[in-house]
Amino acid sequence: MFRAARGVLSFAAVIAALGVLWEGIKLLGGDPNGAWTPPFQWTVASDLNMPHVWDIATSFVEPAQRNGPPLGLVLGDAALFTFREAFGGFVFGALLGLALAIVFVHSRLLERALVPYVVASQTVPIIAIAPVVVIWLQGGWLAVAVISAYLTFFPVTIAGLRGLRSPDPRALELMRSYAASPRSVLFKVRLPAAAPYLLAALKVAATASVVGAIIGELPSGIREGLGGAILNFNQYYVSGPPKLWAAIIVAAIVGIGFFVLVRAAEAFLMRGRVPAAET
Amino acid sequence: MSGVVSVRGVDKVFGTGRERTEALRRIDLEIPQGAFVSLIGPSGCGKSTLLRLIGDLTQPSVGTIEVNGKTAHRARLDRDYGMVFQSPVLFDWRTVQRNVELPLEMTALGRTQRAARAAAMLALVELGGFERRYPWQLSGGMQQRVAIARALSFEPALILMDEPFGALDEMTRERLNLELLRIWKQTGTTIVFVTHSIPEAVFLSTQVAVMSARPGRILEVISVDLPQPRNDLTREDARYFGFITRVRERLRGHDVAPPRAAEVAASG
Repeated sequence: MFRAARGVLSFAAVIAALGVLWEGIKLLGGDPNGAWTPPFQWTVASDLNMPHVWDIATSFVEPAQRNGPPLGLVLGDAALFTFREAFGGFVFGALLGLALAIVFVHSRLLERALVPYVVASQTVPIIAIAPVVVIWLQGGWLAVAVISAYLTFFPVTIAGLRGLRSPDPRALELMRSYAASPRSVLFKVRLPAAAPYLLAALKVAATASVVGAIIGELPSGIREGLGGAILNFNQYYVSGPPKLWAAIIVAAIVGIGFFVLVRAAEAFLMRGRVPAAET
Repeated sequence: MSGVVSVRGVDKVFGTGRERTEALRRIDLEIPQGAFVSLIGPSGCGKSTLLRLIGDLTQPSVGTIEVNGKTAHRARLDRDYGMVFQSPVLFDWRTVQRNVELPLEMTALGRTQRAARAAAMLALVELGGFERRYPWQLSGGMQQRVAIARALSFEPALILMDEPFGALDEMTRERLNLELLRIWKQTGTTIVFVTHSIPEAVFLSTQVAVMSARPGRILEVISVDLPQPRNDLTREDARYFGFITRVRERLRGHDVAPPRAAEVAASG
């Protein structure tokens, strides 16, 4: 509990430091603010490019559109929507990634045949894949989840394969001496041994799934999520710069929240094991 | 009396061509019911390989191996033996009790029966009360005792041990030697024990099989008829030293060139 509090505190300290840095830059090279005229004039630090921290903060409570609900609520709904897509993609991707790892650990032939394509899949930019998936699946929630899964399965496969191979060879001999079935070996030795590897990969996958979902929304014409919001506020940036920044912050919060969720699951699943270094 | 283990005319060759290594040559070994047999020899002589052959973890190139009157393969499928390695190989996500229960999970035994059996085996290795601990919370010697309890959990007729105390300090090792003898007596099991310690082999065994350097052959099976039960006094018995010298000379006779007289006198 104490350690958790310290974590939150240091996180808040970093956020505060970033805010101070941001305003410091504006103080040195931003637009004139009241009586203060900054010594430099940097385009990047103008109110248009770097809106004031307090302007971003207040934008959350101001209406997103004339007479509409406040931006915070709009972004909250969008965040939930995107999180659902990301979660779907995360689950798809994790299951696919784990299934591939389990197949590969049992068949050297399939591993040799397929792993190059698994690796190649990650060198194709998601921006190029996304429209194709949208056409195949005719847009919608499922298409976004699939695009998100495309980003998440890879770390799970690679880490899973490594983890499933991690047991001591003598542990496998022991199981052989018990005349254990391949199923028992998988569930009683390989998967538990792979758990720390898998959970590390799932933390990567959690944040990647949010990125995948946001990118997936762009070509699928979905306006309800954070991707739609970012696209929208980007288009009308000049009329309200803080809104895009607010959307970016919310997207980051979704990613961090998902990461924290997986970490909590990790803490629960790894209780009792050798206390390892925290990540 | 029929042997628990009967090895006949076994050769073991690894690899082919230039990689070809002859590990074992013409091994014949009969191990009677209730015996404690040590395999001793220079490193790389194939003593671990012989143990693995008996346990059907690898197969002979030539010859046959019977365990309990069956093929070694059949015996493995019937779960006729327990295995202990130099490192305990415990699963760190399982409590001590669940580690001991692991082999039983492959059988039709129910949860309560498994727990009862595990508790009994842990009591046998004097680890009662540690059921809920995790392996990493125990010392090396205690971990190895958990591994022994696990090997006993099938109540196997045969226990195969590959340098089980090799990584422990001398004092822990001597204490565990005594415990192992007690467990051996109490359970009436047969033990095949690989070691590179001559005193350990003599102290524990009813027979010591002395092996040559590669390709490993059994040079002699020395019957150690020191009185049972053995205890700390055994280690001070003049005949105990006599057996140690005998094993050592048998090993030396085949391992290296004959030593000079001065060396013999010094090591005597």
